[in-house]
Amino acid sequence: MTAWVPHKYIPLTPQDREHMLRVIGAASVDDLFADIPRSVRLLRDLHLPPAPSDAELLRELGEMSARNGDADRYACFLGAGAYDHFIPSVVWHLSGRAEFYTAYTPYQAEMMQGELQAAYEYQSMLCTLTGMDVANASMYDGASATAEATVMARDLTRRDQILLSAAVHPEYRQVVRTYTRHLGMEVVDLAHRDGTTPLDRVSDSLSERTAALVVQHPNFFGGLEEVQALAAAAHAAGALLIVSVADPVAYALLKPPGALDADIVAGEGQPLGNPLNYGGPYLGMLATRQAFVRRVPGRLVGRAVDMQGRRGFVLTLQTREQHIRREKATSNICTNEALNALAAAIYMAALGRRGMRQVAEVCARKAHYARERLRRIRGFEVAFPGPTFHEFVLRCPLPPEEINRRLLDAEILGGLPLGRFYPELADGWLVCVTESRTRQDIDRLAAALEEMV
Amino acid sequence: MAQGDFPLLVERSAPGRIGAAVPQSDVPEVPLEQILPSAQLRGGPPPLPEVSEPDLVRHYTQLSQRNYAVDIGFYPLGSCTMKYNPKINEDAARLPGFARLHPYAPDALAQGALRLLSELETALAEISGMDGMTFQPAAGAHGELTALLMIRTYFADRGEARTRVIVPDSAHGTNPASARMCGYDVVQVRSDARGNIDADVLRQVADERAAALMLTNPNTLGLFEERITEVEEIMHGCGAQIYLDGANFNAVLGITRPGDQGFDVMHMNLHKTFSTPHGGGGPGAGPVAVKSHLLPYLPVPVVVREGERFRLDYDRPQSIGKIRSFYGNFGVLVRAYTYIRTFGPLLRQIAEAAVLNANYLLALLRPAFDLPYDRHCMHEFVLAGTRQQREHGVTTRDMAKRLLDYGYHAPTIYFPLIVEEAMMIEPTETESRETIEAFARGLLAIAEECRTNPDVVRSAPHTTVVSRLDEVTAARRPDLHWPIADY
Amino acid sequence: MYPEHLHYTREHEWARIENGRVRVGITQFAAERLSDVVFIELPAPGSTVKQLQPFGVIESVKAVSDLYAPVSGTVAEVNPVLAERPELINKDPYGDGWMLVVELSNPAELQELMSADEYRRLIGDGEA
Repeated sequence: MTAWVPHKYIPLTPQDREHMLRVIGAASVDDLFADIPRSVRLLRDLHLPPAPSDAELLRELGEMSARNGDADRYACFLGAGAYDHFIPSVVWHLSGRAEFYTAYTPYQAEMMQGELQAAYEYQSMLCTLTGMDVANASMYDGASATAEATVMARDLTRRDQILLSAAVHPEYRQVVRTYTRHLGMEVVDLAHRDGTTPLDRVSDSLSERTAALVVQHPNFFGGLEEVQALAAAAHAAGALLIVSVADPVAYALLKPPGALDADIVAGEGQPLGNPLNYGGPYLGMLATRQAFVRRVPGRLVGRAVDMQGRRGFVLTLQTREQHIRREKATSNICTNEALNALAAAIYMAALGRRGMRQVAEVCARKAHYARERLRRIRGFEVAFPGPTFHEFVLRCPLPPEEINRRLLDAEILGGLPLGRFYPELADGWLVCVTESRTRQDIDRLAAALEEMV
Repeated sequence: MAQGDFPLLVERSAPGRIGAAVPQSDVPEVPLEQILPSAQLRGGPPPLPEVSEPDLVRHYTQLSQRNYAVDIGFYPLGSCTMKYNPKINEDAARLPGFARLHPYAPDALAQGALRLLSELETALAEISGMDGMTFQPAAGAHGELTALLMIRTYFADRGEARTRVIVPDSAHGTNPASARMCGYDVVQVRSDARGNIDADVLRQVADERAAALMLTNPNTLGLFEERITEVEEIMHGCGAQIYLDGANFNAVLGITRPGDQGFDVMHMNLHKTFSTPHGGGGPGAGPVAVKSHLLPYLPVPVVVREGERFRLDYDRPQSIGKIRSFYGNFGVLVRAYTYIRTFGPLLRQIAEAAVLNANYLLALLRPAFDLPYDRHCMHEFVLAGTRQQREHGVTTRDMAKRLLDYGYHAPTIYFPLIVEEAMMIEPTETESRETIEAFARGLLAIAEECRTNPDVVRSAPHTTVVSRLDEVTAARRPDLHWPIADY
Repeated sequence: MYPEHLHYTREHEWARIENGRVRVGITQFAAERLSDVVFIELPAPGSTVKQLQPFGVIESVKAVSDLYAPVSGTVAEVNPVLAERPELINKDPYGDGWMLVVELSNPAELQELMSADEYRRLIGDGEA
């Protein structure tokens, strides 16, 4: 067994240890572990590489990081649920304050007003953006938030079937299936038609068993759904409409789901000020109608007054949650993504009313330019005819995987090959253009493709 | 806004202000209606606040000053392991090759990230004594659900219809909630007089209906399950799986491994044991580690190492599917990896110092408080404020609020549910002897105040930016956002 | 505290017979134990309830309990004020804090309920 070695994160000195053991009345630290049966003790050192110096460790990590092709080194035309929007410096600097990031869930409200107010403000801005009445303080990510929304719809309607559009992000659909599998729920896939959810197919499939119809808007292919008509159809059958969203920036430009009669909005808040991070941590969002507030999963922050009548904020409606309701809770969620919600709030606040609109508009304009530019290249065609926000599907004359491989030489990260999720779209390539891509990036992409065919 | 209220962001807003340079379009101008149908367009910009950058910075900086955090002071929130969050971890996570990497970047462009995941898996497998893991769960509760889904699928494949999950009465609320989300019935087993799960009661419910026992060890009383080998025999004897809620893993790093105790599957809270920041409630990461018989059921994808190349493997027919998009909270995993590297085999010292600190603090406090289970504790211990309540009419909640006046965060209170007026205290290994002694003096002074001046405790806190808040009205008439203008 | 003319359940509901119907609420003991009630979920008029089966949910800030029907029958009336003013349950549990009026389907069920004396013994109340 190794002897005690001083470590920068552990303040105890040998003198401290001796003194403390004396006060406790134990002969050795080992005595404190006497309740652990010998038979299950680890009687050797852990087989782990010895700690390098910090300088060595940082160099190693730097080398590992440099082996990745990040969005600084490659012009990124990948979206599909993770979006490269520019993040203003204030977002990093403010959400990176240790008073926020080294805090825990605000259980002692009087001492945690900063975080509680920031969460209340996040809820306010998310309601503003989505047009919904109530938003929770955050969930894990877009996929699990969408899955939790389907369970919430089951509880609200006491029905057990979910209609799930094939134009919803394939990974979200997989997670919905995983979550609902053992809850006696049935998930029915609705094939898309030309890249959107067909209303006639929806109407034919709705029944008195349907708890909710789930669509994504803008959808996985970048297309726009007829949300209001879909809501009307769902409501006529006594079902709810869940609108999933992968990039809520769109709602600064498009009519938000709240104005289109959606019942629950669930989705991904990463595009609001959170880095790509190879897929996480991201930000699950969930917003709904006032009438459904007591079925909402996750934490909610509410306004309150103190004993002197001053404004303050508290965690509220906690009886919904697992620490009180245990097996009857609306969800098992405890830890959420508070810091990512804080970043989202700072992002929305920094851009504000006009800035958010402008980001969304520039995305749409650049994506439109790219779509028109690329479709003119021989052999490439736009897969679906409808309008798109900042993503679109091209059918390609070469396998999209090969196109992507060849684009790497031009330091371009190409779109997502769709064959892995949609076998019928093996030549499909989902291209995303955010405001961060320049006209020059787009023209470079076009030139590289022209060279290939 | 009443006088003395801290302004809401929206109250700092004025039309025409902006807090960021907005992007400009550099592509040829086309009327917007030619891009998107006007029926789909929002009538105007969303009515978000309009605030300049300097005002924005002051708003959030001042909000941060209305907060409490580990970097400010002692945070003995039991079962949450509020240890110091090293700065080097933050630097690692912000390296552009990690922070700016797209999750659908081809494996060839993600070799550094995949190597990190693979090495982290190897390290955590060694630390836990398990055979493999998934990083997909975003938090502990998410890991619980993932594990139970795997157990359910495992039994389905064996043609066994087991319908029950057993939890002790000291369990975290997430355990029964996760079991229900997986469609299991919950059977609760009481704790015995020494604070262990009652093995004799367990024996009576351990039958062919039991799919799993969910156990926290050390448990939520801060005590190691003394009869763990017997518990293992009982559960495996009836063919059930044993799940470890790894919330309290910090106490036993390098001392004993869950895999060696007989657990089949466990989650780890990287945001507790492995020092990644709690972020005000998240993000966390709850990797689930399994023994070999459960490996086929891990969510897809898993990281596969082939020599010096790494790839994501989706071709796993027995997998439960996906539990989250992409691969989990990668940024959190980078921090945990960095942390483990800064210790190596010295991880054991974390457990030793955490347990020593907890027992020392317990020794200092025990004269003034009731102690429901009188044993050496592990990384945390549970006191009861029953004496103060009975003799002076001061509740544990009151004492917790009074601690805020002394400049400390309060312990976890009223949990576990089996201890009346519970106060669950976890000092962690990153606190010095001086800090622990100062906190003990504070809490002992409060116990004295309960006798001499109970009103000052009952009406606490007195020094915080707000006093006790009216939670009743907040819950009766929920106000969950500021008034929103129509657009 | 526990009126003589009421019938009681072990789950702390009371029942009062009014012209063949039964008015239902919770006892003062239950209201005090819950502390300030913040929310109550009640069935719709016209739905049916079954004796000693849950008919609703009552919540305070830190606790939540199911409500159990003292008798089986059809819900004839639901207290319309409680949704807005759940505090009435604390203020006047036997009066304005009533919850349901049930059209009794099986009067024999009343025999299953406790008298005030029996209820007082259940909760260990010393008051005579």
